[in-house]
Amino acid sequence: MKGLIFDIKRLALHDGPGIRTTVFFKGCPLNCLWCHNPESRCFDTESYTHLDRLDGQVFKKQKEVGKWMSVDEVIREIEKDKIFYKESGGGVTFSGGEPFLQYEFLGYLLHACKHKGIHTAVDTTGYIKREKFESIYKLSDLFLYDLKHMDERLHKKYTGVSNKLIIENLEWLSERKRKIIIRFPVVPGYNDSEKNIDLMRLLLEKLYPNVNQIDLLPYHRMSGSKAERFGLEQQIAGIEKPDPAQLESIRKKFEETGFTVGIGG
Amino acid sequence: MNKRVRKLREQSLNAVNRVSHERAVLVTDFYREHLETGLSKPVERAKVFEYILRHKHVCINDLELIVGERGPAPKATPTYPEITLHSLKDLDILDSRLKVSFKVDDETRKIYNEQIIPFWQGNTNRDRIMQNMDKEWLNAYEAGVFTEFQEQRAPGHTVLGKKIYSQGMIDIQKEIREQIEKLDFFKERDAYERREELKAMDIAAGALIMFAKRHVDKLIELSANEQDNSRKEELEKITAVCRKVPAHAPESFHEALQYYWFVHLGVIIELNPWDSFNPGRLDQHLYHFYRKGLKDGSLDKDKATELLQCFWIKFNNHPAPPKIGVTARESNTYTDFTLINLGGLKEDGSDAVNELSYLILDVIEDMRIVQPSSMIQLSKKTPDKFIHRALKIIKTGFGQPSVFNTDAIIKELVSQGKSIIDARNGGASGCVESGAFGTEAYFLTGYFNFNKVLEITLNNGTDPVTGKQIGIQTGDPIKFRSFEQVTKAWQKQLNRFIDIKIKGNNIIEKINANHIPVPFLSVLIDDCIKNGKDYNAGGARYNTSYIQGVGLGSVTDNLTSVRYHVFDNKDISMAELLKALNADFAGYDEMRHKLVYETPKFGNDDEYADQQAVEVFNCFYKAVNGRPTARGGKFRINLLPTTSHIYFGSVTGAMPDGKKAGKPVSEGISPVQGADTKGPTAVMKSAARIDHLKTGGTLLNQKFLPGFFNTSENIVKLSHLIRAYFSMDCHHIQFNVVDADTLKDAQKHPENHRDLIVRVAGYSDYFNDLGEELQNEIISRTEHGGM
Repeated sequence: MKGLIFDIKRLALHDGPGIRTTVFFKGCPLNCLWCHNPESRCFDTESYTHLDRLDGQVFKKQKEVGKWMSVDEVIREIEKDKIFYKESGGGVTFSGGEPFLQYEFLGYLLHACKHKGIHTAVDTTGYIKREKFESIYKLSDLFLYDLKHMDERLHKKYTGVSNKLIIENLEWLSERKRKIIIRFPVVPGYNDSEKNIDLMRLLLEKLYPNVNQIDLLPYHRMSGSKAERFGLEQQIAGIEKPDPAQLESIRKKFEETGFTVGIGG
Repeated sequence: MNKRVRKLREQSLNAVNRVSHERAVLVTDFYREHLETGLSKPVERAKVFEYILRHKHVCINDLELIVGERGPAPKATPTYPEITLHSLKDLDILDSRLKVSFKVDDETRKIYNEQIIPFWQGNTNRDRIMQNMDKEWLNAYEAGVFTEFQEQRAPGHTVLGKKIYSQGMIDIQKEIREQIEKLDFFKERDAYERREELKAMDIAAGALIMFAKRHVDKLIELSANEQDNSRKEELEKITAVCRKVPAHAPESFHEALQYYWFVHLGVIIELNPWDSFNPGRLDQHLYHFYRKGLKDGSLDKDKATELLQCFWIKFNNHPAPPKIGVTARESNTYTDFTLINLGGLKEDGSDAVNELSYLILDVIEDMRIVQPSSMIQLSKKTPDKFIHRALKIIKTGFGQPSVFNTDAIIKELVSQGKSIIDARNGGASGCVESGAFGTEAYFLTGYFNFNKVLEITLNNGTDPVTGKQIGIQTGDPIKFRSFEQVTKAWQKQLNRFIDIKIKGNNIIEKINANHIPVPFLSVLIDDCIKNGKDYNAGGARYNTSYIQGVGLGSVTDNLTSVRYHVFDNKDISMAELLKALNADFAGYDEMRHKLVYETPKFGNDDEYADQQAVEVFNCFYKAVNGRPTARGGKFRINLLPTTSHIYFGSVTGAMPDGKKAGKPVSEGISPVQGADTKGPTAVMKSAARIDHLKTGGTLLNQKFLPGFFNTSENIVKLSHLIRAYFSMDCHHIQFNVVDADTLKDAQKHPENHRDLIVRVAGYSDYFNDLGEELQNEIISRTEHGGM
């Protein structure tokens, strides 16, 4: 059994509690306009030209992004920082892309981690068939659940898919008392309207206190070179980072309802 | 800080470093005019000490609460012509060099020209050492295989324990005289030597009391002329303090600090021992006086803070004595490596953190000066609160305090044969060196250039820079059929050069024991009095001599390159590689790219690469550890560079990891600059592969962008990162928290960054005072941004 992974990042500080390793799955069902991980989208290896600089000289190399890895290979990487997880209450986070796209592989990994006593988190778009969720949701200690927009039409416009399934899955998961942290990417002009925030609050209040924590992820633009490398235009040019004062006001709104709110994940 | 401290701090920062001829003149006068015949060497040296303290200018600066200067004024730095002699050219270089300059006035030049140079030329301890080194030693030394610490400074390398906080110099003199009484001239063959040493100690202890008395006289004079009543009152208070200490045991916080300061001056006036002497476990020593003062109402938190801050400034007034030649290149800094230890464990093994530990952290944060430097000792028992508080200072980015693993230090010391109590009373000093405070003489003897040894191996015993054969012929590498042959050859060369170094060390130790005894320092370190033996002659309870390995990351990557490309992948032949190295990679860009970018590197938690580090470490350990020293101690290893990795890089040619000729090698046990791409946890795992407990100190540098410390959550995570590193028995870690743009701007506009302090290697320094190359290196050290 092999899975397609595009990166494994150690000492990830923003993907759950403690010191974590984040395993990035390649392939995503969504096509968010503001995506800053273009290499995560395509469920296939991709070739690009890598530039090394050495004393002003540039060396061009063809490299591949995405690697088919076995469960053992991934676990070996995860286990390297076990001593740091133990000290900090950390663990591994499976992110992407969408990890559930490769749910069998994800299942094996979650199972192996459980067996080895490593805390697990899955960072998901929620856009997954229910049966895929059902088969393995119990194996993950924590879900980082992305909510992008409450308006179905706009959700479709900005991400390419409807939010219906996402919201249903969230409700379903919450009923099953899984530990969930909501992740809300704040993209100025796209999903930061008062209306959207209020609707989101309405939904989450229903799930409280099963869901009690929200991380606001302020939009930041991907580097131009990264976009170029993957042949993607910056799809939404001219967006600025969210205003800190606005982030604060969003934070307050959720805090009033009793949620714990983090900024920056 | 209050107005007084702010002013004193400003004065200290603005004081110009200059060479003072005062000490040189007094020492020369003594030897020319006042040396009685028939004195034993220790007594002679004690009399020199007394002569200087009797005649030197007593300097008491306005507003000070802690008094006493080594020179005639702050930052007026003496020379030690009996150890090493500055030529007029040296003085010119000191005066005019861009970095770490010392101004030399015409009077000093004249005095040097007419009195000092004619008297000492050819008669210094350095001359004595150089005359006694054989050709092999001189060849290796000149090629940059190793350096020699004792060629310009006396041995030193020790830290004061708790002795002075319960004993006055009069008490100590009593003890010395009792020892003299006990000598048995019928049975003890060395009774005479011991008597002379003890007599010398008695004179030296008395000299410090006299020195304090001269301060009392001066204070009375100042006080009589003082118009400001509140200052007058202060001067009277200080007078009372100086009447009490160092003659008698201190009873107040102020007296304890002033006593230490007199002792400190004594040590650094007697000679120029390597690594400024230092009070070590300050929060432990002072705690009793702090509590007592609070209880009887004579002290409050503010007063204690002010006194500590005044104490801090005294250290900053005392730059390291100016060096010359190679030593100036290997370690060029004003910093004199005073390292205040906070936290750790008590003698009984319980957590030693107390409220004074926190108060001193406040002082460190407030003062923001390079000397004294500071560190926290972190044990499993240290409360999180303490490390979080320290991290909040570290994040402000001036490189202090650094963080040490108490549990590892204790294990290191115990495995070297120290008692658990002595080990728990110890800590780290200098850069990162483990020591039993108050009971150990642990000399650093020189840096050892792993990579030069490899370069010589790859040239079959010849130094390609000079074409001289200075190593053994271990075979033409082109004919090597396996990687093991390469490592075996390297090992053989290493053993050979370690032998040369150790032989030299043993001669130098005897020279120092016979010619430059330090009776005053011997008064302070146990068991010199009991043994009737000088500190430099093995009088301390524990005697250790270190050789410091430098460039572990580089030599690992060099060996890995050879293993990976020449023997495993076979994509580069040894002949081709050697050609490329000879050409300094001119015309071999593609190969160099491969070596730099397509080779496993140390620092990425990659076993293939890290294996070589373990092998190098084990060879080095085996070659050195446990061998006897001339003064009855043992040789040990540690891994720290100060700034010698720059010097060692400069004398080493192009290397298989892609290093170009003259470029720096890696520092401490850190990976080659920029070679670690998997983040700090991977670096730590790689660094943990070597057995730190077999050393007397290792140094790991990590640079973080300030953003890393932004949230209190991240501060907690960072503390976990450190604790996890230490749970793998690792020794030390330090953080540079600055962004590259700030540093680059500081290079362009140094004037705007006068206060920019960075962690260099076991110590912090002003960025502006660093050489450009070192500045560049700090900029290029991996920045763990974007996390």
